[in-house]
Amino acid sequence: MCGIVGLFLKDKALEPELGGLVAGMLATMCDRGPDSAGFAVYGAGKPGAVKLTLRGPSRAALEPLAQELAMVAGTPVAPVLRDTHLTIMVPAAKEQAVRDELAAIAPDVTVVGTGKRMEIFKEVGRPDTVAARFDLAHMQGTHAIGHTRMATESAVTTNGAHPFTTGADQCLVHNGSLSNHNAVRRTLVREGLRFETDNDSEVAAGYLTWRMREGLSLGEALDASLADLDGFYTFVVGTESGFGVLRDPVACKPAVVAETDRWVAFGTEYRALVDLPGIAAAKVWEPEPAKVYFWERS
Amino acid sequence: MSDPKDGDRWIHTPPRKSATFDDAAIAEIRRAAATGIYDIRGAGTKRKLPHLDDLLFIGASISRYPLEGYREKCATDVTLGARFARQPITLKIPITIAGMSFGSLSAQAKEALGRGASAVGTSTTTGDGGMTAEERGHSSLLVYQVLPSRYGMNPDDLRKADAIEVVVGQGAKPGGGGMLLGQKISKRVAAMRTLPEGIDQRSACRHPDWTGPDDLEIKIHELREITDWQKPIYVKVGASRPYYDTALAVKAGADVVVLDGMQGGTAATQEVFIEHVGIPTLAAIRPAVKALQELGMHRKVQLIVSGGIRNGADVAKCLALGADAVSIGTAALVALGDNDPNLEDEYRKLGTTAGAYDDWHEGRDPAGITTQDPLLAARLDPVLAGKRLANYLSVLTLEAQTIARACGKSHVHNLEPEDLVALTIEAAAMAGVPLAGTDWIPGRGGY
Amino acid sequence: MRTVDLAATPLRELNAALHRLTLETNETRWRVLNPRGAHAVAVGLDAPVRVEIEGHVGYYCAGMNKHADVVINGNAGQGVAENMMSGRVHVIGDVSQAAGATGCGGLLVVDGNASARCGISMKGIDIVVKGSVGHMSAFMAQAGNLVVLGDAGEALGDSIYEARLYVRGSVKGLGADCIEKPLREEHKKDLRRLLEAAKLGGKVDVAEFKRYGSARGLYHFHIDNLGSY
Repeated sequence: MCGIVGLFLKDKALEPELGGLVAGMLATMCDRGPDSAGFAVYGAGKPGAVKLTLRGPSRAALEPLAQELAMVAGTPVAPVLRDTHLTIMVPAAKEQAVRDELAAIAPDVTVVGTGKRMEIFKEVGRPDTVAARFDLAHMQGTHAIGHTRMATESAVTTNGAHPFTTGADQCLVHNGSLSNHNAVRRTLVREGLRFETDNDSEVAAGYLTWRMREGLSLGEALDASLADLDGFYTFVVGTESGFGVLRDPVACKPAVVAETDRWVAFGTEYRALVDLPGIAAAKVWEPEPAKVYFWERS
Repeated sequence: MSDPKDGDRWIHTPPRKSATFDDAAIAEIRRAAATGIYDIRGAGTKRKLPHLDDLLFIGASISRYPLEGYREKCATDVTLGARFARQPITLKIPITIAGMSFGSLSAQAKEALGRGASAVGTSTTTGDGGMTAEERGHSSLLVYQVLPSRYGMNPDDLRKADAIEVVVGQGAKPGGGGMLLGQKISKRVAAMRTLPEGIDQRSACRHPDWTGPDDLEIKIHELREITDWQKPIYVKVGASRPYYDTALAVKAGADVVVLDGMQGGTAATQEVFIEHVGIPTLAAIRPAVKALQELGMHRKVQLIVSGGIRNGADVAKCLALGADAVSIGTAALVALGDNDPNLEDEYRKLGTTAGAYDDWHEGRDPAGITTQDPLLAARLDPVLAGKRLANYLSVLTLEAQTIARACGKSHVHNLEPEDLVALTIEAAAMAGVPLAGTDWIPGRGGY
Repeated sequence: MRTVDLAATPLRELNAALHRLTLETNETRWRVLNPRGAHAVAVGLDAPVRVEIEGHVGYYCAGMNKHADVVINGNAGQGVAENMMSGRVHVIGDVSQAAGATGCGGLLVVDGNASARCGISMKGIDIVVKGSVGHMSAFMAQAGNLVVLGDAGEALGDSIYEARLYVRGSVKGLGADCIEKPLREEHKKDLRRLLEAAKLGGKVDVAEFKRYGSARGLYHFHIDNLGSY
């Protein structure tokens, strides 16, 4: 069980404040998700390049990697090191080579997310502490989603923290508890997907990845999940252009959306939204069950 | 059966019943075919399960020294709720009376439970029907349940309670709501529950205003605010995933976790639920204690275990495995007089026999305990029955103390898993103690 | 008038001060500022006072209310006025799910919309929603009245007992054992009373409502009703 936050900026002028606003939202959700936290920020990209977020056992383990991977990439990788996470930018054509090199020289460093603009950070610990470790407050971008976790049936580990990536520039956070995830996981493993945890949310992310691999759009994949995934859930998914929300048909897990002409925000509780600029005049409402909502930049 | 004679053309083997389609299974199929409704009954799991009987204490010998009975004290007190409550509860004995509703029990039975528990310095608990004046009047310590139905729930009773117990589930039916037949919705019960008299009561399985531990945390906070943080708040679960559930109850802000194994009784639910959903009490305790220990909360958030506690050895074993206290339901009713062999003729008329009577939902209890019928209920003298309960609770305590002293403990809480060994592989694995005479704990060390 | 600013005063102090009020108190008007979505604001009240809350509140605002008159000038999160015993709660904005859950008495008025499970397990409370209510409203509703000027979502009154439901707009779907029932003179009289209490007297024509309630088919189990369970 958990807290979810999401913020999509319509007004470009707010982009430098994205991190600060999301950090505040995340902090209010500490009580309902004290075990671990994670967030995905959609910042600046570069044409022809791909960002990879790497997570390692320590800062020290990550420091030497930038230079080594730059040699394979054939160009400096603009590394940004934040605590246990390192973001690098490589030419799209070199992505696989870089991944292979990474697997060879640093098998205990994992790729948490990739995309033109998406960076993912997640760690065990109180959400406000986690956010501070990665300096979320100073990150910039067009949109972000975040998650605070109270682990229900799987272990409290970094791997178990959300967001789970479902593909380039895509990720999922989940509040609730699925009841048929083990069976779905087995089906997806047969389809060639790999899982690192026992976590039900990782299965949901994998399910969406699989559906999209088979040709569905994200919206169609979310619609399909209503029939295939059983249990209670509020999903928030991030994409390169925006974010989406889906609640299960029973809709016991809470969800609040607020909108102004400068932003759209999502929070598990209204409390998460109170410090957003202009909240007093925002339109505040709850998403209907079993309906996919999407906000994106055109 | 005589042997077949020479010349018999057909030779039959002696009749042989099936272990799978045994008498009970066949009778149940026939009953279902005749009535078109599932079997509903009271009490807990009846079939044989790995239980506390499969554990033994290793008493003092040359390396350990026992305490003298009576002279050398073995204390039994326990404090519940010190984590957050301004007024934690202190019990004189580590045995409480579990939640049982007025509605499933007569008013006289509730009074008797209150009298007996108060006489020995422990608590009773309301049930799925709210608090009665009799129980509050006769119980020196009363725990008030907050259930999915919220029958009879009101803030005055919340404030009158000594502790509050949020019931997520119970051992007989974890995940169950279900349906109770109309016979026991008497006028008084109907008034307390705001239901029409005599109808079948449908019960919700989830709470109406929260779902999930993250929202339970907010609900517990509300209950604390309403009662000015005075009272301990317990969270009760049926044994299912005790490791996760205990951790989540702690994270949601509970002062006390109450864990009810599948042997725990119920007033009435479907037989299939009782026998096939939930895990045995023995299997539930160590995972719950492990969760508390990993969170650094063992003894800071107290654990009360229930489901099939019958004697002082059961009490001592639960404490040794890490519980802070136990709770009794079925045993308390038996102490009051339930299933009394002296009433055998009446049990026969009901188609049952003493020791097997479990159709409590029908409200025809000859002992006057699980009934609302005024004539039957009048058979139970609350003062005498209260004395019987007090006697029984005292014996449980003395037995637990005897065992604890034999293990050299000056407080029953100093009993530990290393004081135990197991008789079977299942019990050894479930309790995490070695098979007697060996070092072997199945599952530890890779085998 | 006592004003408490939750930006400066802990919630614990506000609720404790409200709990110290007796039935005879003369501190009968309270204003609460900056709730900022806080949970459990003004819960467990037990005195005939008026509490005005300026802003949005979180879960369980005015939970278990007795005697008090609470006005929320904003939206309310889940479980507003849960288990209310008496008194009045008025939400000027929208309410989240489980509004008035298990309420035993008193009146809950919602100017905006209510979401899922409005009046779930209600036990005598009266609820008047000027907007619409979400799915599973009046689930297992035992007693009391739910009046909806707008529409109702799926599964209205599923498993209902004796509560009465009046809906002026459309009903997306009825739940198990809930049926439309005739709107007779005694019901119109009741509706007028409820609308009057919600300060809508004379503004709404009671003839526009339809009445819904229990078919009582689930009161005694019959195997032929298996599909409803």
